[in-house]
Amino acid sequence: MWDYIKLAVLGAIAVFAAIAANYARDLAYMVNALTVMLAAAITFVWVLRRADSPRPQPANEYLDGVVRAGVIATAFWGVVGFLVGVTVAFQLAFPALNFSELAQGYLNFGKLRPLHTSAVIFAFGGNALLMSSFYVVQRTSAARLWGGNLAWFVFWGYQLVIVLAATGYILGATHGKEYAEPEWYVDWWLTVVWVAYLAVFLGTIIKRKEPHIYVANWFYLSFIVTIAMLHVVNNLAIPVSVFGSKSVQVFAGVQDAMTQWWYGHNAVGFFLTAGFLGMMYYFVPKQAERPVYSYKLSIIHFWALIFLYIWAGPHHLHYTALPEWASTLGMVFSIILWMPSWGGMINGLMTLSGAWDKIRTDPVIRMMVISIGFYGMSTFEGPMMSIKAVNSLSHYTDWTIGHVHSGALGWNGMITFGALYFLVPRLWNRAGLYSLKLVSWHFWLATIGIVLYAASMWVTGIMEGLMWREVDANGFLVNAFADTVAAKFPMYVVRGLGGVMYLTGAIIMVYNLWATVAKQPATADARAAVPAE
Amino acid sequence: MDSYSLFREFADSWALLALVLLFVGVVIWAFRPGSRKVHEDVANIPFRHEDRPAPAGTTGARGEGGAR
Repeated sequence: MWDYIKLAVLGAIAVFAAIAANYARDLAYMVNALTVMLAAAITFVWVLRRADSPRPQPANEYLDGVVRAGVIATAFWGVVGFLVGVTVAFQLAFPALNFSELAQGYLNFGKLRPLHTSAVIFAFGGNALLMSSFYVVQRTSAARLWGGNLAWFVFWGYQLVIVLAATGYILGATHGKEYAEPEWYVDWWLTVVWVAYLAVFLGTIIKRKEPHIYVANWFYLSFIVTIAMLHVVNNLAIPVSVFGSKSVQVFAGVQDAMTQWWYGHNAVGFFLTAGFLGMMYYFVPKQAERPVYSYKLSIIHFWALIFLYIWAGPHHLHYTALPEWASTLGMVFSIILWMPSWGGMINGLMTLSGAWDKIRTDPVIRMMVISIGFYGMSTFEGPMMSIKAVNSLSHYTDWTIGHVHSGALGWNGMITFGALYFLVPRLWNRAGLYSLKLVSWHFWLATIGIVLYAASMWVTGIMEGLMWREVDANGFLVNAFADTVAAKFPMYVVRGLGGVMYLTGAIIMVYNLWATVAKQPATADARAAVPAE
Repeated sequence: MDSYSLFREFADSWALLALVLLFVGVVIWAFRPGSRKVHEDVANIPFRHEDRPAPAGTTGARGEGGAR
């Protein structure tokens, strides 16, 4: 019966999407509508072919198929996102690479830049969070995922969000809000997917067999709940037409700016920090084979982060129309954030106390340790940059870009790579990774790449900040904007090379993970003779 | 009084106090007597159910399984 309802809904979606494509007012909307039509049609055929066939949900097994799919999606979107990143880095150094004549502006920096940020944050990072949260919540709750195959809906629904957003950006559909670029219909669809995600996660926690909710799940849950709130409020917009991609923000002026950076900073705080801390609190103890250094500290880390992070957004709007008090509030809370951030870092690092030799012998734990190190460094740098005096030099310069990337490449990237290296042998029942040597190659390529990236951005950022404010004896500005652009060229090339190294490391990882599954025999399944899903 | 000033006054007085007290309460609760034993136990949750869920009918894994 349930299958027939699904078929009816999918058929209706396909028909409505076809109608929408017919009446589309702009190209981006038409392509997105056709994509939805295609996705609904494929899902329709797939549901039809397996209608009324029994689909057992054995309660004595974990639902790992969706985690495996998530691992593949994470690796795939990672490489795609890094590749677009390297492309835009070289576009800045060599503007000819925009190919403006050839591509008619569709591949300009302005189009590809949001594609890069969304691909790495939401496609790579988002899939890493989805799959790792599904893995961790099952293991730490000792229960199968709640909601049958609802987790699969979350997975595929999220991939659809990514595809709609990416094609929309290239064809010109954008909210114009940083990290919240997708237009209204993509926002609505993401809301549906996110509610399903919350239901799966919370449902699993509710039916847990462990009396206590492990701290990693607290971090994951706060990430899911807060992102839902941020996403809905920041994307309050009225569509101009149901058949067009354009929508108009409900908020205006400085209220809109404040809402945007309340969203933007908490996307960093709860997506890229809280969610990934959930990964840290599970995978680091597992890989080190010892419990977290201090469980008390992890509880205080969690609540301090929750209480403080949400107020830090105004530091993105220093010296703007934002009231002085709000700006100061944002700065003060950002600085207080030093304490929970470093508490968390110490907790992660000290988990290795008594097992420090593993850093020498195990390149996977080395990857996790350096990610925690970068977490500490970027959460030191961020509050420092939020101080108004520092911000007056650093804001709008490449220093900000360098800061973001030491956090994103160092912390988010490295902990995700560590989790992937941890998960693949377990999920596909292999004795171990194909090659630890290749993990070491990945580690050093990525680390040196980040160092090149961050160092060149510090130099160019501080340089252009100083050039912008330089005045001569009569009070006239010494440098034109174009002078700073010309002066930054060598650093842009170094940054691009750092990106190439990071991308190369990721490609080596993909090969290593593929070979782990394809070139090694499966071990006897620890879960007895149950066929893999 | 306009609603902005009203909210503002409430936010930086009672709401601020309530949130600070709540946070201090959480910290005190984490350090309550007897919490060490609980925390040592729950810190080992990741090492209990690597391969399969807990069998139906059981609640809690305290004492069961242990490290893998």
